[in-house]
Amino acid sequence: MKNYRTKIISNQEISPGYYRMRILAPGFGEQAHSGQFVMFRVQRSLPPLLRRPFGIFRTGFLPPDCDGLPPKEFVEIVYKVVGRGTTIMAELHEGDPVELLGPLGNGFDAISCEDEKILVGGGIGLVPLYMLAGELIEKGCSVRLLMGGRTRDDILAVTEFERLGVETYVSTDDGSLGEEGLITQVLERKLQKYPGAEVFACGPMPMLCAVHDICRAHKTPLQVSLEESMACGVGACLGCVVKGAGHTEERPSYLCTCKVGPVFKAQYLDWQALAESHGVIGGCAC
Amino acid sequence: MLKDTQKAPGKRPNMAVEIAGIKLRNPVMPASGTFGYGEEYAPFLDLEKIGAIVTKGLSLKPKAGNPTPRIAETISGMLNAIGLQNVGVDAFIQHKMPFLRTVNTPVIANFFGNTLEEYGEVAKRLNEIPEIAAAELNISCPNVKQGGIVFGTDPLAASEVVTLVRKNLQKPLIVKLSPNVTDITVIARAVEESGADAISCINTLTGMSVDIHTRRPRIANRTGGLSGPAIRPVAVRMVHQVVQSVKLPVIGIGGIVRPMDALEFLIVGAKAVQVGTANFVDPSVMMTIIDGIEAFCIEEGIADIQELIGSLKG
Repeated sequence: MKNYRTKIISNQEISPGYYRMRILAPGFGEQAHSGQFVMFRVQRSLPPLLRRPFGIFRTGFLPPDCDGLPPKEFVEIVYKVVGRGTTIMAELHEGDPVELLGPLGNGFDAISCEDEKILVGGGIGLVPLYMLAGELIEKGCSVRLLMGGRTRDDILAVTEFERLGVETYVSTDDGSLGEEGLITQVLERKLQKYPGAEVFACGPMPMLCAVHDICRAHKTPLQVSLEESMACGVGACLGCVVKGAGHTEERPSYLCTCKVGPVFKAQYLDWQALAESHGVIGGCAC
Repeated sequence: MLKDTQKAPGKRPNMAVEIAGIKLRNPVMPASGTFGYGEEYAPFLDLEKIGAIVTKGLSLKPKAGNPTPRIAETISGMLNAIGLQNVGVDAFIQHKMPFLRTVNTPVIANFFGNTLEEYGEVAKRLNEIPEIAAAELNISCPNVKQGGIVFGTDPLAASEVVTLVRKNLQKPLIVKLSPNVTDITVIARAVEESGADAISCINTLTGMSVDIHTRRPRIANRTGGLSGPAIRPVAVRMVHQVVQSVKLPVIGIGGIVRPMDALEFLIVGAKAVQVGTANFVDPSVMMTIIDGIEAFCIEEGIADIQELIGSLKG
């Protein structure tokens, strides 16, 4: 975990409204695990005041230059333009200074490869799953990615997962790419076919709620990566807490998304409270 | 040779200050609630380079805090209603003090109570810990019903709680004041007369922000405390007023992000400053602020930071 004052290597639009930013970060990769995140800030910009959390897409090295120096190490984040901060980010270029704090938080926990691994990504929620897929494939696991989005524009980096050796399934709400409908329908079918599977999911809260309900019905182990507003990213501000399973007024349980998470085993969370705080219509089974 | 360099222009200024008998290597410390219990920030800055460590507010029993969402960014600031979530004074002593004991920097324990009696009880517990240099009494949290604001907005109640805590605490007592009052100097004088050794101000300003699409408040508590650069001019004004109205040393707080922000507070007469929200933005910001104050002194030919404190003209 380090506070990098560094610069951008590249910043490209990969799909309408979605960008991939590659940032120079020496020594980052050896510390980073799948599912961790960084707190990112564009230097000298105010507003926005606070840093914003972004999932790590991947880490790597640039091809070596001919200068005899060791190859440069980078971290990549993928982001969607949604507000003032990400609008500023989208206008940045190679060489622009940025600040990066990370890697932060607890990532995915994948120990054994006995069973099928199913990754479920919704839109930008795909980001933390790429490193996980790489780690699982390296261990010799059989990995499937179920990727959902509103339209084809929201389906990102699928070919990169395929290049890792991941079998991918795509669905879109409007049918503009892959199957028409929700990705959770695909999950339901896959769990019937692979009853012993383990599921890893990241995406909007309505999707996570549905994934949780399906996994619960199939008694399938599930890990989810959550997104909450946070100020510090290091467990100091206590702004990003979520309610843990069994939370009551008398015996409250608040877990820091930045420190205990952002990846949680589903059984440790209070899903009803999560659904409520994210305004999920119809709520979530518990 | 050493003597020559010391005499040469551009020598490093004396940055040490003393507040209520506590010697600080420099006047920069974190504001309570923005620095955890110190350990959280150890990876990002040298805890032995800052003036003091100020803990998250401690209560007699552990406190769970408010429902979520708890924070929202606003223009040049943030609203928070964390609700004084903390491990409680006993867990602090058992689990957090062992780390703090290894750090050669004065520890200031911030604390509050749900009732007058609880304030007194926490003060008693803190008094028993030799490694705690001073206690900062929070009578100004705007986000919980019993977070002290009741005591911080009424001079009689403020006087009552300070008097009680004073009886239970032999250590230096700093009282942290709320800006959510008509005249902060009335509270400052009440606190001075009741036995405080120093005053820190300001805590957050009560604010509110609404999501226009959902038409709901952006934080679950409806209102929250506004902090960050947005409040700095208000804070500088109030620190100035308090410095003018009491003899106690004052610690200035409110929207300090850069060295020049800290200098404003020192010039109006604060003997030290606390950095809050900026720790969230840049975890090593206090180092930048300390180095910047030092560089300013060198540039201005100031040999001792005391020359700067209270040097306001006009």
